[in-house]
Amino acid sequence: MSDQEVRPGREALTGVATGRKRRRKRGEQPMVPDAEFTSYYGKPIINGPVWHSPDIPGYLFLGGLAGASSLLGAGAQATGRGTLALAAKTGAFGAISLSLVALVHDLGRPERFLNMLRVFKVTSPMSVGSWLLSAYGPLAGAAAASAVTGKLPRVGAAATVGAAAFGPAVAAYTAALVSDTAVPAWHDGYREMPYLFVGSGASAAGGLGLLAAPERECAPARNLALFGSALEIGALKRMEHRLGMVAEPYHSGKGGKYLRAAEILSAAGVAGAALGRGWVRRLSGAALIAASAATRWGIFHAGLDSAEDPKYTVVPQRQRVTTAAEGNSSG
Amino acid sequence: MGFFTDTSVCIGCKACEVACKEWNAVPEDGIALTGMSYDNTVGLGADTWRHVAFIEQRKPISRQDSGLHHDTDVLAMAADEPSTDFRWLMSSDVCKHCTEAACLDVCPTGSLFRTEFGTVVVQEDICNGCGYCIPACPYGVIDQRDGDGRAWKCTLCYDRLGQGQEPACAKACPTDSIQFGPLDELRERAQNRVEQLQDAGVADARLYGESPDDGVGGDGAFFLLLDEPEVYGLPPDPKVTTRDLPAMWRHVGTAAVTLVGGALAAFAATALGGRK
Ligand code: SF4
Ligand code: SF4
Repeated sequence: MSDQEVRPGREALTGVATGRKRRRKRGEQPMVPDAEFTSYYGKPIINGPVWHSPDIPGYLFLGGLAGASSLLGAGAQATGRGTLALAAKTGAFGAISLSLVALVHDLGRPERFLNMLRVFKVTSPMSVGSWLLSAYGPLAGAAAASAVTGKLPRVGAAATVGAAAFGPAVAAYTAALVSDTAVPAWHDGYREMPYLFVGSGASAAGGLGLLAAPERECAPARNLALFGSALEIGALKRMEHRLGMVAEPYHSGKGGKYLRAAEILSAAGVAGAALGRGWVRRLSGAALIAASAATRWGIFHAGLDSAEDPKYTVVPQRQRVTTAAEGNSSG
Repeated sequence: MGFFTDTSVCIGCKACEVACKEWNAVPEDGIALTGMSYDNTVGLGADTWRHVAFIEQRKPISRQDSGLHHDTDVLAMAADEPSTDFRWLMSSDVCKHCTEAACLDVCPTGSLFRTEFGTVVVQEDICNGCGYCIPACPYGVIDQRDGDGRAWKCTLCYDRLGQGQEPACAKACPTDSIQFGPLDELRERAQNRVEQLQDAGVADARLYGESPDDGVGGDGAFFLLLDEPEVYGLPPDPKVTTRDLPAMWRHVGTAAVTLVGGALAAFAATALGGRK
């Protein structure tokens, strides 16, 4: 920790729950009353992620959009929906390229991405992801290039199928990426996070289809968007319920704000997509894309907040120790 | 090889902090008074590889017979003083060199590696600055250096070990609060010490991170503490996240399949329901 500007009051005490600024949300009751805990001057236990917004939340969002769009593109191609296929394929390639830009920007230098390909490690979701992107990116690129130019249709079709094969993994692996950390709100949610992420990706891809394709072609995009939104919201609710106190950052602070915005946008998007035609449909497509982005930003910030407050690290671990001790003494 | 830090004899002189900085040429990371007792380094980070915590507590330390000064009655002398319900805890923290190290597991470049001494070291010429190891460490040890982007932490003086020397901090510690040696030997010594303290009436004395059965497979740097770990800013029951990784990959796989299913259904529904 090099940020020396943190200076608690001269009377800072340890051994008591020190006065970390209690971020009490307006009008909302905490799920569980604040458990008593001690900390070292309220300082965080873990070093929080050094990842920055918009790079990393953007990276998560764009990966989901790309992966699910590749599936939509392949389906549209197979069922002869030309405009939808074109939109989905170019969307997938555009999104994955941007996500790579975001990643490289966070790393600082392009060579650093190549450096990731020195080794392959299953224990590192980032390593797995880098290899996945190196396989998926060119396929998505070839599929989009062929769709735009109309050249090499066979190669284009094969690339489309290939991109669709890697797409789901691209949309899902980022859940393991954030969960495989000691950040409480991320790690503890590892069971639901992948469903949340693919759901969010599907609703964004469906949203893109609704936005770009003509009415007669957009039925599958609409279905995908509805499916994705339902999965995303269901997974989020389940996760919040299961995490209990650790889920607080998902409804307070910056993370809570983004997630609330995501909920509203997604509700509006779903309603518009189900009922609307013409510009209402297009607008709801845009709302769904925005909802997916807001979800990722919300998850990102909730994670940062949960790393910052030692309570989220200490209280669950303390409970684990107490339960284990009770189990030992009774058994 | 590893560290056993016996905080019961730490006098808070910060010789270890200084020795570490000097030997490893760790840059200065801001000189400020924090008001957190005598702790001005706040916590471990890229530029603080040893950190001495100072805890001011309203708890009396148990009465002990020091075994010294048998000819003067110090207790009678002390009895004249008004009693204060106050004690100071000091503890020099460091990278734990976990047996199952999360930082090492998640590093995508192989920059973090395990040395022939069983310690965990970052190779700064390979580190990418991806920052993945930082939130992965359950102890909040490794961190990104400002203006550099790469991750840095205690190397347990890899270069000194190679020369058969002990780490700079252990060498500099005037009270032997920091002890260096083979882990088995240190564990035995720690066990004796904790029993000795408990017999002397320090009921709160405990070992932290010494057990190979804990959530990280045991720490290569473990501690004798006089209170709960969280009082010192340590996690009470850290767990290496990689233990849950197989389950994570399983959920990722199922989620990916769910997505494929959803997409297939999205198209199938249009075929069944006709084009709406
Ligand atoms: S304490 Fe943290 S930085 Fe040190 S070896 Fe363990 S996981 Fe790595
Ligand atoms: S920041 Fe460096 S040491 Fe840490 S995980 Fe990334 S490449 Fe490895």
